[in-house]
Amino acid sequence: MDLTFSERETAFRDELREWLAANRPEAAPVGSGEDAHYAFRREWQRRLYDAGWAAPNWPVEYGGRGATLSESAIYFEEIGRARVPLPANVLGLLLGGPTLMVWGTPEQKERYLPPILSAQEIWCQGFSEPDAGSDLAALKTHAVKDGEGWVVSGQKVWTSGARHSKWCMLVARTDSDVAKHKGLTYFLMDMEQDGVQVRPLRQMTGEAEFSELFIEDARIPDANVVGGVGNGWKVALTTLMNERAGLGFALQIRLRQLLDDLIAAAAERGLLDDPLYADALAELHVRCESIRLLAWKGLTDVERYGQPGPEGSLVKWLWSETNQRLTQLAVDILGAAALSSGTSWSYELLRARGNTIEGGTTEVLKNIVAERVLGLPRLKAAA
Amino acid sequence: MDFGFTDDQREIQRTARELLSERARPERVREHAEAGRVDEVLWRELCTLGWPGIAVAEEHGGQGLGRIELSILCEELGRSVAPVPFLPSVLASTLIERAGSREQRERWLPGLACGEITGALGIAVDGTAELVIGAAGASVIVLVEEDRTARVLTPEQADVSPVASIDPTRATARVSASPDAGEALGDGVQAGVDCALVAVSSELVGVCEQALEATVAYVKERRQFGVPVGSFQAVSHRCAQMLLDTEKARSTTAYAAWTADADLERLPEAASMAKAAASDAGREVTASAIQAHGGIGFTWEADLHWLYKRAQIDAALLGGARRHRARLAGLLAGQAAASRVGASSG
Repeated sequence: MDLTFSERETAFRDELREWLAANRPEAAPVGSGEDAHYAFRREWQRRLYDAGWAAPNWPVEYGGRGATLSESAIYFEEIGRARVPLPANVLGLLLGGPTLMVWGTPEQKERYLPPILSAQEIWCQGFSEPDAGSDLAALKTHAVKDGEGWVVSGQKVWTSGARHSKWCMLVARTDSDVAKHKGLTYFLMDMEQDGVQVRPLRQMTGEAEFSELFIEDARIPDANVVGGVGNGWKVALTTLMNERAGLGFALQIRLRQLLDDLIAAAAERGLLDDPLYADALAELHVRCESIRLLAWKGLTDVERYGQPGPEGSLVKWLWSETNQRLTQLAVDILGAAALSSGTSWSYELLRARGNTIEGGTTEVLKNIVAERVLGLPRLKAAA
Repeated sequence: MDFGFTDDQREIQRTARELLSERARPERVREHAEAGRVDEVLWRELCTLGWPGIAVAEEHGGQGLGRIELSILCEELGRSVAPVPFLPSVLASTLIERAGSREQRERWLPGLACGEITGALGIAVDGTAELVIGAAGASVIVLVEEDRTARVLTPEQADVSPVASIDPTRATARVSASPDAGEALGDGVQAGVDCALVAVSSELVGVCEQALEATVAYVKERRQFGVPVGSFQAVSHRCAQMLLDTEKARSTTAYAAWTADADLERLPEAASMAKAAASDAGREVTASAIQAHGGIGFTWEADLHWLYKRAQIDAALLGGARRHRARLAGLLAGQAAASRVGASSG
C-alpha cells in the first residue's frame, strides 16, 4: 500500500496545475443564455486542445498524451480543483472517442477523432428513450435498410448538448425478430438534417441541460455503422463503461469543494461548535473521504488486476446520496440563501435530485452490486 | 497510488484466515464464550506464531512490522470473533511503545510481544474505566484519561473487578486506580490512542465482512414463496447496503493504517474517520445480518449474535462514532480557520 503519487504522477499534476493557473478562462458569461455559455466552453476546449490538454487519456497516436488511468484521474481532479469548466465536447472526449478507438474502422478513426479533440464537432449520446431508461435494451428507435444506408425513426430523451452537436451516438433496433439485446446497431447520426428535431427538455432547475430528439426518417450511410450491424449492445457497453471512468473524479472534487464551502459557511456562523451541525458536517466529511478512497482504490485495482472491482457502482451510489445530503444540510445552515431562487446553493439543491437517477439509478446500482458483486440471485423480470 | 497488499501482507492474511477457519470454528467459539473462558490453546498457538508482537519493534522482541500488518490480523480475528485477548494486549503495547519511556518499554513490551503476559487499555474518567476488555487477566493495564494523560498500572496498583459484558467472547472488568498509583506515560499518548483506534476499526471491518458473508450465503439458500429470499430487492438491497457500509469502513481504516506507518501528520483525522465509519458499519451491518436471517437470526444457535455483540463493544471502545465525528468537526474547524487566515494574509 502506498497512497502517494509517483514521481511521474506528481510531475504530471504539477505541469497541469501550473498550466491551469496561467490559463484560467475569464469568468463564465452570466445571464447571457445557454448558447453563450456553450460557446464559452467550446473556446475553453480549444485552449486546452492547443496546449495538448483536451484529452490526455487518449493515446499519443490520436492526439492525446497516453496518460495512465491515474494520470487521467489526476487530470479531472485538477480540472475540478481549479474550478474551471469541463471541455464542451466532454461526451465526445470521454465516450465517443474511446468507443471509436475500440470499434471504429481506420477510416472512422481518421475522420472523426481529430474534430472531437479540437471541439470542431460536438457529440451527443442517443441511448435513453421514454420507455427505455434503466432497461436500455428495450429501446424502440428503429433503423431500416435502404440502399446504401439506413432510415431511422424514433425518439430519444435525456440527450445532453444535443442542440450544439454535429454527431449523435445512436443505438437503434435493426432486427425485431431476435432477442432484444441482439437486434441493436450502433450508428453515428448526423444531427444536421431535417429528420432530426431537437426539443429542449426543461428540468426541475428551470434550465435545459438535456433535450429530446424526435427522429423521423433520418438517414445514416452504411459507413456510419460502428462495430457492425447487430453488434450495437456490445458497442454501447463500451460507451457506458467509459461513462463513469474519468468524470467521477471531477464530481468527487466538486463535492469536496461544496463541502469545504459549507464548512466555511458553518464556521462563520459559529455552527461548527453546535453538536448537531458538527455531527452532520463530520459525517459528510467521512463520506467524502470514503468516496475519494474508494474511487482511487477502484482505479488502482484496474491498473493492477486489469478489471474494476465493485467500487464503480459503490462510488456513484455514495456520491449521489452524499451530494443530496450535503445540499439539504446547506439549507439548514444557510437558510434563505439556499432557498432563494437564483442562488448557487438553491441550484445545487435542485440539481442534486438528478444525481441518484442519471448515469444509473441508485436502485439499478443496488441491483448491480447485489447480483454481480455479491452473487445474489437475479430477480425474475418479464422478458 | 496503490491500495494493494504486498505479497508478504497477502501471505499473512491468507495464513491467518486459514488458521482461524480451522482453529476458531463457530462451535468452538460458542463453547468458550458460553463458559466465559479464553481459548488458551488457540491463544498459545497465536503467541507461538508471534502475532501479539507483529507491530512491536524487534529490539523489544516483536516482529517490527507495521500497522497495516497488525490491521490484517485484527481484521481476521474480528471475522472469527475468536475468544483470545489479542486486541486488548496489542492496544496496551501500542500505547506503551508510542508513549512509554525506554524503561517502560523494556519492562513490558517483550512480555506482551511474545504473549507471556497480556495487557489492557481503558479510557478512564477520574481514575475509573468501565468495561475494560482483557483487564481481568492482564499483567499490565494502561489507563488513559480524557485529558490524554496516561499511566501504566500493574493489577496490584489497581482495583480490577470483573464485570460481565454482553460479549462473553472477551472478559471485561471495571478498573479503578487512585490518582498517585502507577507510572505516568510520556508524550505520544494521543498518537498511541490513534493507532489503537485503527486496530479496533480493523477488527470491526472483519466483523462486518463475516456478517455480510454469512448473510449472503443464507439468503441465497433460504427459500420462501418458492424463490430464494435473496432475489427480493428488499433483501438484496439490504445486502448491497451492508457491502457499501463495509467498504466505507474498510477504505477509511486502510487509509488510517497507512497514515500510522507513513504519514503521521494525517493520522489523527484518519483514525477518527476510520473509527466513525467502522463503528457505524459494525452496528448497522451486524443488525442487518440478524434482520436478513429472519427468525433464525434471533436465535442463539445462529451465532450471529456474537458478531453483533462484538460490534457493539468495539463500536463503543475508545469512543463511538459520534465522539469521533465531534473530534473531526474540531479538526475541520481548525482547518477552516487556518484557510481563512491564509486567505486574508495571502
